[in-house]
Amino acid sequence: MVQSVPSPAPQTSIRIIGFLCNWCSYGGADTAGVCRFKQPTDLRVVRIPCTGRVDPLFVAKPLIYGVDGVLVSGCHPKDCHYAVGNLYARRRLEVLKNFLSFMGIDKRRFDYAWVSASEGQRWQQVVSDFSERIHQLGPNPLAGKGIPQPVQGPLTRAT
Amino acid sequence: MLQEPKPSEMRVAYYQGCSLEQMASEFDISTRMVCEALDIELVEIPDWSCCGSTPAHSHDPLLSAALAGRNLAIAAQQGCEVVMTPCPGCLKALKGALKVYKDPQKRAAFLEILQMPFDGNIKAISNLQLFFENVGMDAVRRRVTKPLTHLSVVPYYGCLLSRPAEFMQFDDPENPVSMDRILEAIGASVPDFPYKTECCGATYGVTRNEIVGRLTGRILDMAQRVGAQAIAVSCPLCQQNLDLRQAQVSRHCHREFHIPVLYISQFMGLAFGLDPRALGINKLFVEADSLLDFLTSESEAAAATDGKIA
Amino acid sequence: MRIGVFVCQCGTNIAGTVDTEAVARKALEYADVVYATSYVYTCSEPGQQEIQRRIKEMDLQGVVVAACSPRMHEPTFRRAVERAGLNRYMFEMANIREHVSWISTDKEANTRKAMELVHMAVAKLRFNQPLFSSKVPINKRVLIIGAGVAGIQAALDCSDGGLDVVLVEKNPSIGGKMAQLDKTFPTIDCSSCILGPKMVDTAQKENITLYACSEVESVAGYVGNFKVQIRKKATYVDWNACTGCGECVQKCPSRKAPDTFNENLSNARAINIPFPQAIPKKATINRDYCLHFTRGKCGVCKKICPVRAIDYDMQDEIVTEEVGAIIVATGYDLFDHSVYGEYGGGRYPDVISGLQYERILSASGPFGGHIKRPSDGSEPKDIVFIACVGSRDASVGRPYCSGICCMYIAKQAILTKDHLPDSNCYVFYMDIRSPGKNYDEFVRRAQEEYGVQYIRGRVGKVYPRGDRLVVQGADTLLGIQVEVEADLVVLATGVEASSGAAELAEKLRISYDQYGFYMESHPKLRPVETNTAGVYLAGACQGPKDIPASVAQGSAAAAKIQALFARDVIETDPQVALVNERTCVGCLKCIMVCPFGAIQSKTLRDGSIKAEVLASVCQGCGLCNATCPPKAIQLQHATDNQILAELNTLCA
Repeated sequence: MVQSVPSPAPQTSIRIIGFLCNWCSYGGADTAGVCRFKQPTDLRVVRIPCTGRVDPLFVAKPLIYGVDGVLVSGCHPKDCHYAVGNLYARRRLEVLKNFLSFMGIDKRRFDYAWVSASEGQRWQQVVSDFSERIHQLGPNPLAGKGIPQPVQGPLTRAT
Repeated sequence: MLQEPKPSEMRVAYYQGCSLEQMASEFDISTRMVCEALDIELVEIPDWSCCGSTPAHSHDPLLSAALAGRNLAIAAQQGCEVVMTPCPGCLKALKGALKVYKDPQKRAAFLEILQMPFDGNIKAISNLQLFFENVGMDAVRRRVTKPLTHLSVVPYYGCLLSRPAEFMQFDDPENPVSMDRILEAIGASVPDFPYKTECCGATYGVTRNEIVGRLTGRILDMAQRVGAQAIAVSCPLCQQNLDLRQAQVSRHCHREFHIPVLYISQFMGLAFGLDPRALGINKLFVEADSLLDFLTSESEAAAATDGKIA
Repeated sequence: MRIGVFVCQCGTNIAGTVDTEAVARKALEYADVVYATSYVYTCSEPGQQEIQRRIKEMDLQGVVVAACSPRMHEPTFRRAVERAGLNRYMFEMANIREHVSWISTDKEANTRKAMELVHMAVAKLRFNQPLFSSKVPINKRVLIIGAGVAGIQAALDCSDGGLDVVLVEKNPSIGGKMAQLDKTFPTIDCSSCILGPKMVDTAQKENITLYACSEVESVAGYVGNFKVQIRKKATYVDWNACTGCGECVQKCPSRKAPDTFNENLSNARAINIPFPQAIPKKATINRDYCLHFTRGKCGVCKKICPVRAIDYDMQDEIVTEEVGAIIVATGYDLFDHSVYGEYGGGRYPDVISGLQYERILSASGPFGGHIKRPSDGSEPKDIVFIACVGSRDASVGRPYCSGICCMYIAKQAILTKDHLPDSNCYVFYMDIRSPGKNYDEFVRRAQEEYGVQYIRGRVGKVYPRGDRLVVQGADTLLGIQVEVEADLVVLATGVEASSGAAELAEKLRISYDQYGFYMESHPKLRPVETNTAGVYLAGACQGPKDIPASVAQGSAAAAKIQALFARDVIETDPQVALVNERTCVGCLKCIMVCPFGAIQSKTLRDGSIKAEVLASVCQGCGLCNATCPPKAIQLQHATDNQILAELNTLCA
């Protein structure tokens, strides 16, 4: 089993964003924590109600602005708390994955997984594997490359 | 009938192994004869070499994998997708090589030693699995000309044929039935045999034969209790312990056993009407002639009435 | 906005691997943060008072607590800030325990990660808006799925509290597994004598509507207002007319139908009433065995029925019920012991399951309560019980303990000795697990008073010798192999999730574990709730349980519903989608994706078409938000701006 990732590079350089659905994967990450399953520290979790809430923009923008990896995780297909949200997500994210290359983003920096609230061990595995992959890819080459950093709100939208 | 693949199209690489060259040559011959009768083309692996057997894998798993892997690679070069070996020990070695190949951490080292092109696209099976799964019981039944009617035979599987379950991927590890079904298909009556997977003592036959005496004695005793006239096996070592050592066993148990122990392929050959001597029946230590007399008369009578002799 | 940040030390749970003081100091650098501190137990009463004091003193407009998982304490802190006068949605949590301090011991990395998580929470909070619940009336009726002892208890408790109950049972009679039992441990109470009155009560209560031979087809709606479709399976007997006289059963010529109530130890007629105390006591035709259906002729029951209740043309019927809450009490199934080829279950007629032996012991069973062997009807003298058949065995995919088998073996051994004082009982066990009131004393009685021989070890093989069976196993205490000759072998078959549990879970939108048992909301503190509001669990559907635990959970689920229904309205969750009509282009893609039908179109006075969210139906998944091309529809409390603000902090 892959435990935490030994990394020669300074840990500060890697940052991964995880979009976790409230009902399954966020619970699975909690379960992993309660069971003290050791994991790499690169992941920053954003809690969302459902993977169906994930706008492709949420994945693409951080990768363009230099975040090193994005992971989306939700309920197993058919077990969605909202019945079909993750099915929409699966289609959307699969298409997105294939479009990332057109945006100049290495598509290996993005992935999605299904982890239920009881699967603490599986969550540990998913996080460890994805972190290891991102460490192998190294820091995002787009970081600070000519794209103006957001000051107040270029990323945000007016409602 | 049409939906089944035509048997003549079945082309299988054949790995004989060392036991079947000498000790168990009747297993080799009868398997070849039965395959021919079933229109299976056996492609002998050219320049086949030792599978490594017990010494190799107890010394170094990678060595064992490479030795067995060489034979797989040659078989694959012959354009075969399946390699069949009657010996469970060889089968274990061949499957072990495939397992090492499929392990991403060991594959490179394995191929490095092998020094041959190999894509792992080959499956290793026993002759039992070939008959039971690839040929199928209907095809076996159709080929029968002298059904073993009124002959009571128990199958003895031993330890390796279906175990470990996740490794062998064949039959039920605790209650295997493939030989039961084949024996039924060739007309024998098959009593429920509780000791079908009990240990025969394996290689203790050489070093501590009182252990084999005790363990094999239990198996023979149970066969007698359930009314078996003969035992069917599919492993050279099982056959050796049950047949060759039956006299020793009788000494250990202070009672006389006289139960012929035939290979499943020999039983199939008999039912297919093949020549008993050619099938190597006369090679058995516990002679089976009485069985044959009984068999021939019974089956001919039965066949005459159904008009099955073509 | 004036924001206060409270970093919890959680004793040493967080402070052990995160420098909470540093996290608090760093927080002061973030925009709008005017106050930040680290506190030992933020969720404690003084901790909450501290937050409230600071809100007032510092005139805070929003609060961030960095502590445990929001799934744990978000409601606690929301109430706390509300008591200090803030809107409960002007609050955010950063999870620095489950997601930080507990999963890594690298204090430097943890501290940095905690700082970033706090920064994300602060950034989101700056876009938060006060949100207000609306109130919707509660439909004070309860649906209970499954009428075993847990479901019956829940139904009676709800009914006693004056609630209307809809009780759905898939079998022709209520009673579940308990109705099949002869006696119960550790008191040797007669099972049907203690369950029977409850079953009768259930049938007689005017406010319980019973649907037997029925299953839940679909579930729509949300807490307070569920709409449930129930499939009443065709029984080919008009139950309104049937009096349960049993004339038809007597005369039915098809005698080979399986008798599932007696665990197939005997045969039933094609038209059958499962057992004498059945509720409802109505006949049902088994289509697969009825000669009218299999051969197209017969009609004996139709001719003989005094009330003309037989209806061969009956079809399944769908009825709709509206309820405010649901209790799931679907129970369990027994492990299929034929998986163990070495025990010969299914091959040898005298190797039977624990529940089959229960039927043999029962006076209403196939042998009238006399212990006989299924093979030849003779009285067994030596009986072997094998524990853990389908329990604590990873090789058959059942690594968990079924919890009830040790006790029911002890009970069955005692009953055997009562029936047949000269018999010998042997129990092969791995460990004896008897952690209940009077349970261990009961097992000791079996051993000491009744002389049941307990052998510690696994059985390797069971095989016939003559007309008896040989049980071959290990005695690990003596370190020897043992063989016991037996006339009857009883396998203590374990508990597994009921077949169809997963399909029902999908209809109810509740989760289940890898074995198919339903997940409770919290394993310790919310044992009967699920993560779907308004759906509760009772009995063995949540995990293996004995009768007292199932009854207790049935009552607990009923009490939860009484509490829910004590109010006339429930507050809806305001975290729902909202349409900005100025930017909505009327494409109505949101309507197409909404799983709940919560969005409809409306036409404005100028003729333009806009989407409109029905707030009481919306469940807040945000699917529409991600779908909307001009982003006119926004999920409140998880708007694009809020999520992008969180991401912004990491892009810097």
